[in-house]
Amino acid sequence: MSAILSRRKLITTGITAVAGASGLAVAARLADRYGLIPPDHSGIFGVGETLTYAAQRVLMSRHSLAREFNRSEISKVAPVNGKPPENDPYQRLMAGGSADWRLAVDGLVARPSSFSLAELKRFPSRSQITHQACEEGWSFIAEWTGVPLSYVLNLVGVSRRAKYVVFFPFDKWWESIDMADAWHPQTFLAHGMNGQDLPTPHGAPVRLKVARQLGYKSVKYLSHMTVVDTVKNIGKGLGGANPEDGYSWYAGI
Amino acid sequence: MFYQGQPSHSGSLLTAAFSNAKFCALAMAGSAYLPGLAIQNSDVLDTPRHSALVRVTHWITALSFLGLFASGIAILLAHPRLYWGETGAVGTPSLIDLPLPFVLGVPIRGPGRYLHFLSAWVCVLTGLVYIISGAFTLHFRKNLLPAKTHLAWSSIWRAISNHLHLKRPTEEEALTYNVLQRMTYLTVVFVLFPLVIWTGLAMSPAITSVIPQIVTVFGGQQSARTIHFFVAAALVLFLIVHVAMVCLAGFKNRMRAMITGHGAAGKELS
Repeated sequence: MSAILSRRKLITTGITAVAGASGLAVAARLADRYGLIPPDHSGIFGVGETLTYAAQRVLMSRHSLAREFNRSEISKVAPVNGKPPENDPYQRLMAGGSADWRLAVDGLVARPSSFSLAELKRFPSRSQITHQACEEGWSFIAEWTGVPLSYVLNLVGVSRRAKYVVFFPFDKWWESIDMADAWHPQTFLAHGMNGQDLPTPHGAPVRLKVARQLGYKSVKYLSHMTVVDTVKNIGKGLGGANPEDGYSWYAGI
Repeated sequence: MFYQGQPSHSGSLLTAAFSNAKFCALAMAGSAYLPGLAIQNSDVLDTPRHSALVRVTHWITALSFLGLFASGIAILLAHPRLYWGETGAVGTPSLIDLPLPFVLGVPIRGPGRYLHFLSAWVCVLTGLVYIISGAFTLHFRKNLLPAKTHLAWSSIWRAISNHLHLKRPTEEEALTYNVLQRMTYLTVVFVLFPLVIWTGLAMSPAITSVIPQIVTVFGGQQSARTIHFFVAAALVLFLIVHVAMVCLAGFKNRMRAMITGHGAAGKELS
C-alpha cells in the first residue's frame, strides 16, 4: 500500500510541480506583456517589488488622482534633500537666468525636439496642491505649476512601443516612470512652486512632479528626457539612480 | 534487503511478502469499511496541540515579523520624529521626538525598505491563509473565542492572578488557551495586524489616490505613520510578552508543541 501511495504521491507531486512551474511561467509572460514587472525585479527583494507593482497596476485605476489640498494647507516648511548640482553646465545656466536652458526630448518619438523654458511656460499650464512625502518619513504640501507631461508627449508623438520615459537631470539622480504615470494628469514638468518660479533647491528651472509616488521620483534640475521600450541598457538597467543606490524603482509604495 | 537474501532465506522472504500483502489487504479493507473507526483512533492518539496549518503559518509569520521589525527600525532611524496631521518635517512641531539618533549616512534604509515590503507580502499572504483556513476549520471559534463563562470577571481575575503569581499551567491546562491568551491572540490577529497593514497602506500616495478615506480617517498621512509606529510597538510588546510566557510556561514543551504539534514528551494526549 505504501508503494501505491508513494507512487500516487509522486505523480500528484510531479503534476502539481509541472502545473505550478508552467503556471508561473505563463504568469511571468503575461505580467511582462502587460507591463507588470518593474526593472528592479531580480533577486529576493525583486519578488516583493514585483508583487507590489503588479498588484497596484492590476487592482488600481491608472487615472486615479492623488489627493489635492486647499491653499490654506500649503506647508510653511518645504525641506529639500541634497544640494543643487555644482557642475559647470548647471552653474553657467543658472548664472544666465536659465535663458539657455533647453529640455531635449528624444527616443521613441516621431518628432525629437527640445524646448526652452519660455516655450514650456507658454504651453497650457496646470496647478496641483499635493502632498509630497520623502522616503525618510517627512512630508510637506505644496502647489506645483507646470505643463502636464502628457501635453509634451503628444507634441512629440510617442511610439506605441514606448514603455518608459527616462529623465536625466544635471546631477546624477536620473529616474524613469512607466507610461501609466507618464500619461497621468498629475504628472507635470513643473516650473513653478507656491505661485513663484521653482526655487533652485527644489529643482530649478524645471523638475518632474509625479504625484502618486514618493519624492525621489520627482527628478529635479531636468535637462533631457527620452522615451524607451526598455531601461535594460541604461546605467545598471534598474531604471534609475535610486534603484542603483538600493531604493525601489516603483515608489508608489 | 530482499534481493540480498540467500536461497535458504527464500522461505522467510515469501512469508514476509505474504504477510505484507495480507497486512495491506487488511489495512485496505479497514480503510474501506471502517474509515471512521480507524481515523478516530489515530486521531485521539495523534491530535496535535496545534494543527499543521497553525504551526506553519505561525513560523512564517514569526520570520516575516522579524524582517518587518528589523527593517522598520532601519526605516524609522532616518527620521525618528513623529507628527500628527498631514505633514511634518524638521522645522515643524512634532508630536514625539523619539530618543533615537537620525541615521542618514549608513546605507541601511534602502535594503530596509526592500525587506520591509517583501516581509509585508509574506506576512499578509500567510495571514490570509491563516484567517481563511481558521474560519473554515472553526479554529477561531473553537480555540480562540472565549466561552461566555470565561468572560466573567472572576474567571478573568483568576487568570490574571495566575499570571501575576507566575503559576505554571499544568500540562492539562496547556492543552487549551486561557481567557487572557484568547483575548490577546484575538486582539493581535483581528485588531493589531489589520491596523498595522491599514496604516501602512494609508502612507502610500498611490493607494490613497484610489481610496483617500483610508488616510483621511486618521487625519492625514503623518497621523497614519504615527499610528503605524505605535501599533508596531504594541506588536513588539506582544512578541516580548509572548516569548517570556513561553519560557515561563515551559520553553521546551511549548516549542515542541508549536514545531511538531505534540506537547510534553511521553504523554500521549498532549
